[in-house]
Amino acid sequence: MSLLRNSWRQLTSMRTALVLLFLLALFAIPGSVFPQRSIGPEAVDRYLRDNPDTGPWLDRLQAFDVYSSVWFSAVYLLLFVSLVGCVVPRLKAHAVALIRVPPEAPKRLDRLPAHADDLDHDGDPEAAADALAALLKGRRFRVARRGRTISAEKGYLKETGNLVFHFALLALLGGMAAGGLYGWHGNRIVVTGDTNGFCSSTQQYDEYDLGTRVDAADLARFCVTLDSFRAEYLDSGQPSLYRARMSYAADGERGTRTVEVNHPLRLADANVYLLGTGYAPTLRYTDRAGRTQTITVPFLPQDNALTSYGLAAFPDANIGLTEPDGRPAQVAFDGLYLPTVPENVAHGASLFPAERDPRLMLRAYIGDLGLDSFRPQSVYALNFDQVEGKMLQASGDQFALKPGESHTLADGTKIEFLGTQPWIAVSVRHDPGEKVVLVGGILLVIGLLGSLTGRRRRVFFRVTPDGVVAGGLPRSEYEGFAAEFEQIVESARAALGERTREKAGSRDG
Amino acid sequence: MAEVSDQLLVVTIMTYLAALVAYAAEYAFGSATRVSRVANRELVGPDGLAVVVDDEPAPVSPRDRYIGYAVLGLSVAATLAHAATLITRAVAAGRVPWGNMYEFLLALTLVGSVAWLVVLFARPAVRALGLLVTTVVIVLLGTSGMLHTDAGPLVPALNSYWLAIHVSAVATAGGVLLVGFVSAVLYLLRDGYENGRTGFPFALAAKAPAAATIERLTFRVHAFAFPILTVGIMCGAIWAEAAWGRYWGWDPKEVWSFITWVIYAGYLHARATPSIKRRTASWLAIAGWAAVVFNTYGVNLVFSGLHSYAGV
Repeated sequence: MSLLRNSWRQLTSMRTALVLLFLLALFAIPGSVFPQRSIGPEAVDRYLRDNPDTGPWLDRLQAFDVYSSVWFSAVYLLLFVSLVGCVVPRLKAHAVALIRVPPEAPKRLDRLPAHADDLDHDGDPEAAADALAALLKGRRFRVARRGRTISAEKGYLKETGNLVFHFALLALLGGMAAGGLYGWHGNRIVVTGDTNGFCSSTQQYDEYDLGTRVDAADLARFCVTLDSFRAEYLDSGQPSLYRARMSYAADGERGTRTVEVNHPLRLADANVYLLGTGYAPTLRYTDRAGRTQTITVPFLPQDNALTSYGLAAFPDANIGLTEPDGRPAQVAFDGLYLPTVPENVAHGASLFPAERDPRLMLRAYIGDLGLDSFRPQSVYALNFDQVEGKMLQASGDQFALKPGESHTLADGTKIEFLGTQPWIAVSVRHDPGEKVVLVGGILLVIGLLGSLTGRRRRVFFRVTPDGVVAGGLPRSEYEGFAAEFEQIVESARAALGERTREKAGSRDG
Repeated sequence: MAEVSDQLLVVTIMTYLAALVAYAAEYAFGSATRVSRVANRELVGPDGLAVVVDDEPAPVSPRDRYIGYAVLGLSVAATLAHAATLITRAVAAGRVPWGNMYEFLLALTLVGSVAWLVVLFARPAVRALGLLVTTVVIVLLGTSGMLHTDAGPLVPALNSYWLAIHVSAVATAGGVLLVGFVSAVLYLLRDGYENGRTGFPFALAAKAPAAATIERLTFRVHAFAFPILTVGIMCGAIWAEAAWGRYWGWDPKEVWSFITWVIYAGYLHARATPSIKRRTASWLAIAGWAAVVFNTYGVNLVFSGLHSYAGV
């Protein structure tokens, strides 16, 4: 039992809290050094591929999930337990202090850091004590009079602010937890056009993350289409404007809004944020049987000049036909889209993000695309396992197309590049903890200001038949206390002097 | 206008250098009696209360007085040139002048200089700090020159009124914390000196004000800067919600501002705890500044994250 009590005392001590704060700062560092799953899972996969030796070990140590890791959580939970253990007793003590009258004056006021004993009164101690109490009340002190001794205290704001600050931290943590439990988000690419929109559901997001207490059925119900998109760039290639026109339908409510990077589409239960943009080439393929298929596929930007990589797969092409070796004759094209092609195409990187001189560089693959296997795979990149396994083989060299141009493959089939549509990447989010966090943050700052500017201090006066003794005690760091105390004593002198004079005046009259 | 701003930066750095020389001259040649007497006018009683000692102002030799005027004049002139650099930059770019790392450093150091002048006029006793403050400002300005970016419009993510609020709050906090850092360093030196350590580097603080005076200044400066830092980070979170869809996502810049905040919170707690030595607390203040510097340079140059703009 005593062990428990001792460990509790240890945990709630300031020293422990400081060590935990330090650990919290220290443990946050790896999250900025290693890629984090919560930010970009693909970066983590890349890291694991590039570091096959250390990667798995780091993964076991949760270096890629720092902020949800056992060790990081342990530190902040201990810190918050320590915080509760510290502020709850203080809340009680402060509540008592707010109700209680200021304490009795010490016996010897001349031992206090500030004191004065050269005050006189007119021989009426009772009236002098009244005057002094009134003076301190006028200076917004809380005053207690015990006989002819006056105790006064001021500056409760400091502790009030302190407690508000620490409870606001708890509210902040609560709000974040609520977001983790009941929040969700999904990301997806939206190509312009009425038929390319999406409705909010887990099937329609490219990637999504649901809070622990969120079910796929709990997602906000709405549909969104991208009507048009405009991007503007400076000569340096730096973007200066992204503006999307989006239409939405939610709960029978319809509308069209302009969405920009700092102006999300705010719906009742979710917000739609514009995060990025790219191009989606439209391709028409005519297969060996003369059937045509047209698809528009988003290519993913690889650099700031929007050099984009993508895959156009035609799994239904040449259906029923096979290659001489028996493989199916499915068709796919992968390659780069360069909105502004350099003079030497071999450099393979776009010069500018706008479409000044666009070129689509493609290579054809024929064979089994591997879509029937149950392994998850990206729709944005070629399945290179199939290429390595010779199930899918390149057909001919890379070729370049301008919009409107076409290329005929060795088997007589034709691929046409019809043009591009812009696409935008959106993030759809719902976080019910946000408002709690915001209110917590505002309270935190208010509390902080109170706790840093408030100054607790006590002033005492003792009236004796011979005169008045005053003492002052700053209860927190307060440089100006000596000056304030001097001022109070001066006012007291004036008040007592006035009383003396008044009395003298009335006697004369 | 952009060229004017670039030329003014050179003028600014040169004037700071001149001010630095003047501070050094005042520190080195100013009669020790005067420096220490000014320093000791504010003493501290055993109870932690300031006791004002009203002694006669020491007679000042004409040479000391001229050096003193030079120090003040050059400091103010450098700060004015610094402000002009930033203002012309704003005119050239047609927006608030803190849209990239170069401009951010320019703004942060300007706040540092202004904060220092405020401290200087409010508490002449700590004047010796000027040597260190000016050194740090020059170093930061010099490195900002290496990260120079041409004046221009903003990327879409920065195109928000939150840029004016969030970045100015953070730059202000950073500038004030610069003074706090210098004060913490000088306190450690002076405290060592007062405890009989007279070798390098403690001897540098031989003519500095009393350790307790510097320590109190350290605390006041941090107590002033911390709420601004807090508001700055919170405004960043509100902005991040509008721009990226989440108020906190552990982007490297966010990680390091979290670390910075936690360290400074630790400093304020350590300072408020009587059982913890003031030296320990001051080391925390220095660690906090290290986090500020890393967050400014390291995060932009080493890590890639959402806070990378215009190349860096």
